[in-house]
Amino acid sequence: MPTEVGLSTACLDPILGRHGHDASNLLQILRELQDCIGYLPADAITYLADKLAIPRVRIESVASFYSFLNLQPRGEYRVLFSDNITDRMLGSAELMQQMCQQLWAEPGKVSEDGLVSINTTSCTGMCDQGPALLVNGRAITRLTHQRVQEIGQLIRNHTQLDEWPADFFRVEDNIRRSDLMLDNRLAPGEVLRAALALGADKIVEAIKQSALRGRGGAGFPTGLKWESCRNAKGSEHYVVCNADEGEPGTFKDRVLLTRQADLVFDGMTLCALAVGAKQGFLYLRGEYQYLLEPLETVLQRRRDANLLGTNILGQPSFDFDIKIHLGAGAYICGEESALIESLEGKRGVPRNRPPFPVTHGYMQQPTAVDNVETFCQSVLALHMGAEKYRAIGTEKSAGSKLISVSGDCPLPGIYEYPFGVSVREMLQNCGAVNTRAVQVSGPSGVCVAESEFDRKLGFEDLPTAGAFMVFDDSRDMFEVARNFVHFFAHESCGFCTPCRVGTSMLKQTMDKVAAGHGTQYDLREIENLDRVLQTGSHCGLGHTACNPVLHTLKHFRPAYESRLKSLDFEPAFDLDGALARARQMTGRDDAGAHLKPEGA
Amino acid sequence: MTEKKKLRIATTSLAGCFGCHMSFLDIDERLFPLLELVEFDRSPLTDIKHCGPCDIGLVEGGICNAENVHVLREFRKNCKILIAIGACAINGGLPAQRNHLDLRSCLTEVYLTEPGLAHGHIPNDPELPLPLDKVHPLHEVVKIDYFIPGCPPSGDAIWKFLTDLIAGKTPELGFGLIEYD
Amino acid sequence: MTDTFQLDGATVPFEEGQTVLQAALAAGQYIPHLCYHPEFKPHGSCKLCTIKVNGRTAASCTMPAGAGLNVESDTEELNVLRSTLVQMLFAEGNHFCPSCEKSGNCMLQALGYDLEVHTAGFRHMYPDRPVDASHPDILLDFNRCILCELCVRASSEVDGKNVFALSGRGITKHLIVNAESGLLKDTDIALTDKAMQVCPVGVILKKGVGFSVPIGERRYDKSPISAQALQDAPRGPEASGNCDACEDAP
Repeated sequence: MPTEVGLSTACLDPILGRHGHDASNLLQILRELQDCIGYLPADAITYLADKLAIPRVRIESVASFYSFLNLQPRGEYRVLFSDNITDRMLGSAELMQQMCQQLWAEPGKVSEDGLVSINTTSCTGMCDQGPALLVNGRAITRLTHQRVQEIGQLIRNHTQLDEWPADFFRVEDNIRRSDLMLDNRLAPGEVLRAALALGADKIVEAIKQSALRGRGGAGFPTGLKWESCRNAKGSEHYVVCNADEGEPGTFKDRVLLTRQADLVFDGMTLCALAVGAKQGFLYLRGEYQYLLEPLETVLQRRRDANLLGTNILGQPSFDFDIKIHLGAGAYICGEESALIESLEGKRGVPRNRPPFPVTHGYMQQPTAVDNVETFCQSVLALHMGAEKYRAIGTEKSAGSKLISVSGDCPLPGIYEYPFGVSVREMLQNCGAVNTRAVQVSGPSGVCVAESEFDRKLGFEDLPTAGAFMVFDDSRDMFEVARNFVHFFAHESCGFCTPCRVGTSMLKQTMDKVAAGHGTQYDLREIENLDRVLQTGSHCGLGHTACNPVLHTLKHFRPAYESRLKSLDFEPAFDLDGALARARQMTGRDDAGAHLKPEGA
Repeated sequence: MTEKKKLRIATTSLAGCFGCHMSFLDIDERLFPLLELVEFDRSPLTDIKHCGPCDIGLVEGGICNAENVHVLREFRKNCKILIAIGACAINGGLPAQRNHLDLRSCLTEVYLTEPGLAHGHIPNDPELPLPLDKVHPLHEVVKIDYFIPGCPPSGDAIWKFLTDLIAGKTPELGFGLIEYD
Repeated sequence: MTDTFQLDGATVPFEEGQTVLQAALAAGQYIPHLCYHPEFKPHGSCKLCTIKVNGRTAASCTMPAGAGLNVESDTEELNVLRSTLVQMLFAEGNHFCPSCEKSGNCMLQALGYDLEVHTAGFRHMYPDRPVDASHPDILLDFNRCILCELCVRASSEVDGKNVFALSGRGITKHLIVNAESGLLKDTDIALTDKAMQVCPVGVILKKGVGFSVPIGERRYDKSPISAQALQDAPRGPEASGNCDACEDAP
């Protein structure tokens, strides 16, 4: 339609101008284009390809990778219900059904009047105040039947989002326990000023001495990373803050970015000083788009205070600035090399390693990628001094850790603990009773059963990126695992065969068991798939995709077995159901027109 | 010394073309030594209508209707070792090409709207087995122990596979005998 | 002095910059592989060439060769993994060999033969992937696509055209072409493109030349892929794509 071309052009020209017609900003350009038109029309992609001088097929390829970008028209209101198990436990499935009924919409499809499209999305990071949803990218928390009813009315009345009750969009911090990080009263730039006197080498040395390890889960020694990056040759060095907090059940970075943004940016600037970077990026997950504006404000305040920009704090040639890059719905971008690909405006596919980002990162230049919390801890470690910092936590896990507690407990929220705290102590603090299991560090982490509640958080025993989902004895651990398996299948980037096909087959098998068609044969198939995923996958997503099933099979095998048929083998589909269409077409209903289950 | 008990074999073709059976006959004169080792239960070769207890069942063709399911279940129940033979049995083969079409539109086109049909109707005689929504390979409906690929597998491949099996070896086809077309 | 590493007990020399697979093939040691092509930068997506290096698994096509590495490849565990990957690829797409003109020249099929894969085993996904017959000279049969990206790489790196790319993610990932209509006829592909020659399976086909080589005389009828990959290491362009058919075309 010619009017659409006009619309696309009218939207695109200013967007392209803002992004300097630079194809490495493709993802940001596409996000903004969609904000303008609601989806990404084919002719707009052709126009964009022409303006950016890149093949249109590349744009389509990138756009189709991110689940928040749409190549087909969506509703005027695009509603995405967070589909983490914690949302489900709070009734999200029923609420979504209610909204679909109210608005005459079918999940995954645009309503006939084009008003609304309703679907699910991976965990939006609001587990302590769920069920949650996103409407046109904006987070709404604490859904109830009444709130969903009201949302339905607002949508039906075409009420602009800005006019919706502000309370809908209120996101609580829910800080339940604070320690050195959340309690810090450091002024913005205070530690940076002290660091300037030290110089880069001594900063790296101090971080190494502090024994600080990365808080994203893997626990790589931060000082070593900074040192490698500093020593790597390159025309530029970069600092990247990984705020793509996609692991279901994790929401600590959201709180840090809300409450401690200056500490995060201090850490990034400290790192820039240490590695010699002039440019930093904060990769913010798309679900936290509402944080973009406040964070930009903080950045501007820091520029005004000469904590960013040129000659920072009067130090000649210490130039550094930070750009915020917004994700668009892809869990895999939390993997550092996939994140870098995404930063470069590409599909978020993990790279082959080696080489590692510290030598060949953003634009193939040395890049230090660290978690939001790691940057915060680096400032504290430097401020306190190695000895005092290492006195906190355990021998191999220095400092404190933020834990995002959700699920079956009266006090969900953020807890800051020194490393070494036991699962049992945490359960007591959040008031959980009759706990059956805790999923530590999200679906890719560990399912801890009651017999293991004395295990302690830390790299020695239970490493964690921060999720702590509690399940009481009313919960069906098979359904928990099935939810996680669906998550991995949805988020697999599809690059390598084992993960692309394996996660999908694992999902099929779990669904087969859920539908009552499972047998021992299927449990063996799960073990077979697990071997393939663990040994063959390209990255951690595939390596860990079977964990939820293996861990729950270990601790809660009856939850599976009670669903199994006693037979050795059962089809994955309902044989009699597969005749229904033919029965309808022939009008037959005699005995021969049915297939009984075997043995019946 | 007592004569070694012969193995009992049943064969059938479901949603297939009998090509695999034709290929089976391609073992030619080796049928004679084979008959020293085995005897046939239900098979197009014997015209026995129902499968009794057997050592080995060979099933050609996929599962496209209710009758296929009954026959396959009968084989599974009676055969210690069940073998899927040929492309259709293993991956649905040619009949499975309809899996991309809706059964309703298939039946409508074939019996109602195809040019030249007057007063057409979809056959509803209870004698006729009803078609399933989709065509399935055998291993999606019952447990299958072995697979002999090929469209059809050559007589040599079938011979090698069966003689390995009868000799108590895990069958291996190897280069030249393993083929998918 | 050249550096070496150990592969299944054999000593393999290598040059700086070579990957384990490249060095192994050059030294006459076969490691099964599918998405690797000697003329393109390896990317390691199919994982058929998975090896164990000092006990850890890695794709040998992207793993840099290093002095003293202890590489295992021909082991029961890794061959089972490779068979399963071949089975997964068969179950993921619609691979109906008897009707495919690439049959006998297909690398996926040949790997299945070599790894003694008798069945896909898994539940078949039967995805709906309509063919693109819009181009007068070229057919795209997406049913057989294994997402190896060789055509993507050939078109961009050699032809400088970017006719192909992958779209979507996870199990919905699929091949697309560079046209607003989504049709091959609206791209600038040509029969002489490198992208026409590299498809290891039967997706990109020249029209009008199918089944030109009789059964028994096709590439992998003659000898197993394991033998041929060594004969022509580094594998030349004539060894891939449907060029057997092209050569016999009038």
